[in-house]
Amino acid sequence: MAQTQVETDNAPVLEICGLTQHFGGLTAVNDFNVKLMPGELSGLIGPNGAGKTTVFNLVSGFYQPSEGRILIDGIPTAELKPHKVTALGVARTFQNIRLWNDMTVLDNIRVAQHYRLGYGLFHAIARSKHYQEREKEIAQEAAELLEVFDLQRYANDFPKNLPYGTQRKLEIARALSSHPKLLLLDEPAAGLNSADVKELIRLVRWIHGKFDVTIWMIEHHMDVMMELCTQIKVIDFGQTIAEGNPEKVRNDPAVMTAYLGDDVI
Amino acid sequence: MLQRYSVHLILALSGGLLVYLADQEYLSLYTMSVLMFMGVNVILSASLNLVNGYMGEFSCGHAGFMCVGAYVSSLLGVWLFAKDKVFGAALLNPEYALYAFPFVILAGGIAAALAGLLVAVPSYKTRGDYLAIITIAVNYIIISAIENIGAIGGSRGFMGMKRLVNSMEDIIELPWMPIWVFIFTVFSIWLIRRYVSSTFGKGVSAICQDEVAAEIMSVNTNKMKTITFMLSAGLAGIAGGLFAYILGYVNPGSFNIMKSTEVLVMVYLGGMGSLTGSILSAVLFTFMLEGFRFIIPLVNDFAHQVHLIPDSYDISPVWRWVLIPLLLIILMQFRPEGIMGNRELKDIFPRLKKFYRFK
Repeated sequence: MAQTQVETDNAPVLEICGLTQHFGGLTAVNDFNVKLMPGELSGLIGPNGAGKTTVFNLVSGFYQPSEGRILIDGIPTAELKPHKVTALGVARTFQNIRLWNDMTVLDNIRVAQHYRLGYGLFHAIARSKHYQEREKEIAQEAAELLEVFDLQRYANDFPKNLPYGTQRKLEIARALSSHPKLLLLDEPAAGLNSADVKELIRLVRWIHGKFDVTIWMIEHHMDVMMELCTQIKVIDFGQTIAEGNPEKVRNDPAVMTAYLGDDVI
Repeated sequence: MLQRYSVHLILALSGGLLVYLADQEYLSLYTMSVLMFMGVNVILSASLNLVNGYMGEFSCGHAGFMCVGAYVSSLLGVWLFAKDKVFGAALLNPEYALYAFPFVILAGGIAAALAGLLVAVPSYKTRGDYLAIITIAVNYIIISAIENIGAIGGSRGFMGMKRLVNSMEDIIELPWMPIWVFIFTVFSIWLIRRYVSSTFGKGVSAICQDEVAAEIMSVNTNKMKTITFMLSAGLAGIAGGLFAYILGYVNPGSFNIMKSTEVLVMVYLGGMGSLTGSILSAVLFTFMLEGFRFIIPLVNDFAHQVHLIPDSYDISPVWRWVLIPLLLIILMQFRPEGIMGNRELKDIFPRLKKFYRFK
């Protein structure tokens, strides 16, 4: 199904051309290219230190790329600050969960709408009508999102007190609260047990259907990738070594070499 | 109904009572000045809490901004409304002093907020210990700059503000300084409360708890830092302006690192990120400072009577500067989160929520 969408929709949500990132003498990402079409659910894999998270950090504006272009919906983002990139419609989660632990779950969701609050300091202090309307909408939207994620009973809890799997879920909910077109999931299954992983697969598939969002994920659990993704890209030492559908990638000799070493083959 | 207006009512009653007591001279001038300094301290500790508590930065040059506010509002007030040897005759009729006074204080606050940019701009790239060093430097820059402007008294200080206070009292016979201090204290707390409880202002807590996540989740961190530093510095400037008019005299020396430390002590005593804590600790701290003034001579007399210390030596009240920092050490050892932690009054007494609403 995703294949047909790729053919009919011709404007990519994310387009990366010749992306290169140097850290001192180290080339973390080298001439990376990708095109994600709306509605795609695609994966990025590679051994540890391959440069996967660096790619995500570049897309979300956290680093300025040394070379190359990143286009979100056709808009170049290389010069933009991360909050501007998020406003363009890119949201992400982190490999090690980064929730705001001393704010309630509801506030975590609310603050993620920061770029489209529509009011500033003066409205906040004057408590104008506009402020009250917006706060109501923000709170309502946050409550709805929590309900959709079945997290409403935790609304007034602190994230640090939630089970690990729930924290993962909350982080994804928080990312969606900023209305992204492109959702980047950085190892969402890391640290989850097998039951939670199954739940996660269901969750991601459900989000993909419900929220009209393009998902790009990094994951080490191959079963998650095989189940979810239609397209997978494999990188190693910053170079793309293979790409294609899960079946093709699984049997690619270059991928096996990257993961298991030369002598196996 | 009661819930909605109880805070207004309490504030109006306590303000009214205070003014009445001051007006009828039931309270001595000394008591009044202690109460007024308490208000100034509340503004100082609440405004520093905005940066150190809510935003999680470490600013230790708060007195610098206070100094800017004190000087700007003093100079402006005296220049406009009082005859002075620096500025000559009053520019405007002193009859307007009463109405212009809040704007004079606010002007000091605005000037201090602009000085806050000296910290806000470096904070884009620096944080933690390095930013703390910058704040100390800013504190020194400000007081050294003023010390070196001879025209406004340099290190000898600047005076003449009492004349303005007197002309306010000439217009309407009321104890105006306690009234203004009360109004501005309530105003500052109200301002901070509204700021940090809005979703907009919660971006500040997000920066404190995880700056990377805040930036990625669309919080414009540089903008929020600028607003927060400027707001904090601006309120310190207002406190400084009031301080100057209460004393009737300012000199740069009273805004040095000692003063900044005093404010820090109040913030940490009260608890980071707790407005209630800041108010409580400012009140407590002011009482403590004044209390030791009486307790220490009593202890001194007692020690002499039981021959604990030689007759030739007296424990002077200056010893409070040994005792209060000692208290800080004890506090940090046994309750590092301060009196309130990062909780507010309603978190400790949830039942009170039914009776008041403050926003």
